[in-house]
Amino acid sequence: MSLRLSTASLTLALLLGFAPSVKADATLLNVSYDPTRELYQDFNAAFARHWKDKTGEVVTVNQSHGGAGKQARAVIDGLEADVVTLALAYDIDAISEKAGLLPKDWQKRLAHNSSPYTSTIVFLVRKGNPKALKDWSDLVKPGVQVITPNPKTSGGARWNYLAAWGYAQKQNGNDQAKAQDSSKALYANVPVLDTGARGSTNTFVQRGIGDVLLAWENEAFLALDEIGRDKVEIVLPSLSILAEPPVTVVDKVVDKHGTRKQAEAYLNYLYSKEGQEIAAKHFYRPRDPEVLKRLGARFPSLTLITIDEAFGGWQKAQKTHFEDGGIFDAITRK
Amino acid sequence: MSVLAHRLREPSVIPGFGITLGVTLTALSLVVLIPLSALFLKAAGLGFSDFIATAFDSRAMAAYGLSFGAALVAALVNLFFGTLVAWVLVRYRFAGKRILDALIDLPFALPTAVAGIALTTLFAPNGAFGSVLEPLGIKVAFTRLGVILAMIFIGLPFVVRSVQPVLEDLESEVEEAAASLGASRLQTLWLVVLPSLLPALISGFALAFARAVGEYGSIIFIAGNMPGQTEIAPLLIIIKLEQYNYAGATAIASVMLIISFVLLFVINRLQHWRQSRMEGR
Repeated sequence: MSLRLSTASLTLALLLGFAPSVKADATLLNVSYDPTRELYQDFNAAFARHWKDKTGEVVTVNQSHGGAGKQARAVIDGLEADVVTLALAYDIDAISEKAGLLPKDWQKRLAHNSSPYTSTIVFLVRKGNPKALKDWSDLVKPGVQVITPNPKTSGGARWNYLAAWGYAQKQNGNDQAKAQDSSKALYANVPVLDTGARGSTNTFVQRGIGDVLLAWENEAFLALDEIGRDKVEIVLPSLSILAEPPVTVVDKVVDKHGTRKQAEAYLNYLYSKEGQEIAAKHFYRPRDPEVLKRLGARFPSLTLITIDEAFGGWQKAQKTHFEDGGIFDAITRK
Repeated sequence: MSVLAHRLREPSVIPGFGITLGVTLTALSLVVLIPLSALFLKAAGLGFSDFIATAFDSRAMAAYGLSFGAALVAALVNLFFGTLVAWVLVRYRFAGKRILDALIDLPFALPTAVAGIALTTLFAPNGAFGSVLEPLGIKVAFTRLGVILAMIFIGLPFVVRSVQPVLEDLESEVEEAAASLGASRLQTLWLVVLPSLLPALISGFALAFARAVGEYGSIIFIAGNMPGQTEIAPLLIIIKLEQYNYAGATAIASVMLIISFVLLFVINRLQHWRQSRMEGR
């Protein structure tokens, strides 16, 4: 009887995700976006080891993943995240603005705009690139099907949209009307608008829809590994955007939980050699020049525009392009 | 209070009217009325002109059109097939009948996301059904047809389970009497069986329709989610929420609620009117 009971409680504990032998001294909740699942699984284990060695304290980091917008909204509505690691600064701005959980200048607190790793947007095409898609200008041609998620719900999709816009803007000597025309032509070629980056990857990979997937570089590499290099390949456009997924401590929450020390150490560890190596292993571009040099062979260099210089920052980009009545609404209106 | 209660109700021999009505109203308020009034309150915060601009712009109108139109088609399909299924289950004996009967409820229990992914996998151009339909020029996944399909899937049990018990209770003597009075089989079906089933058919239809209007989980997988084409109203609500536009989301939700309420109310009255006419005859 007691054996059965303990088996049952062990099963229950395992089901709930607690290993019964480990007693956590501190627990952190990291609320993140869709494609960082694997990265943070690895990193959390590494940080726990590091923290135990350094302080003797056992720290458990729980993760929550989903579309960046939805995740930020959950934090605003009361999900007690100690740290947030989201797809773009705008969503963390929203947490600061709407819920006042962290100061307005949060992005200045850590190095490199609080983004310990970067990524960019690349093309994933069918093996052999049958439609010969080499650059953004090829995606607006009639008969090409482009897969990208909805920029209204997905952070990654906003980077996709802005990368395409940045290219068109440059090609047309900064003519915004022409950039809008090519953006319109691009989205006319989109047959399915998923709500998140993973959804789009599935549509392209599992359902076999579309000729090209606009994807985070790390998602594209992951897709290569998952479905095989004999089925798809990565194409680098001549120009893309520097995507900086930022991280921050949520001040009001860590002060309430008394976890500020651990939370800050957690984020700082992302900048350490080990943290940077883990990021590189999961196909995020590390900031550390030494790690980048050592492990960076897989990250080819390409011309990257930044959101600040090409669009005047997230707040402005969001307002012009993605708010209701913005340009994205205009170009997708029938 | 008791005077008021007495005046509002017809005299009944069953005691406990006050307490049961009290509990009912409290529970209904906590679970249904208070959340719904909060919704309308939030939408009201938008102001009249903004409300109209948000709730009735062309994209929202297209989304209502799709949600309600597809739900109507799906409910009509379910009305036909659901009745047929109920008929088969009640009137015939065959091997595997119990299993079939249990299968009907699966769409109730299955997480809708699972249903959506399964249907999409089957009907995507590279799926088992999709690859057959594609050469014929029929596209299901990522089109409006896909939306209807998902709605049919989740709505079927409502019609079957509404019609089945009524059909079981239908006495075969009535049909025998009709036959012995010279009615053809079709006449019996049309003039005797169908009228008795009508209330169950209507309520099954209304339930399937309401369920389909509110469905989100399965549809977003199989619809293409393109604004103005395959974007359902519940998705538009989610999109507004993800843009931190709470008031806009509640505006669209309010419109959906009002349309749904009016439609369900009309169906309900129709039912009532028919019943009183039958009794008066």
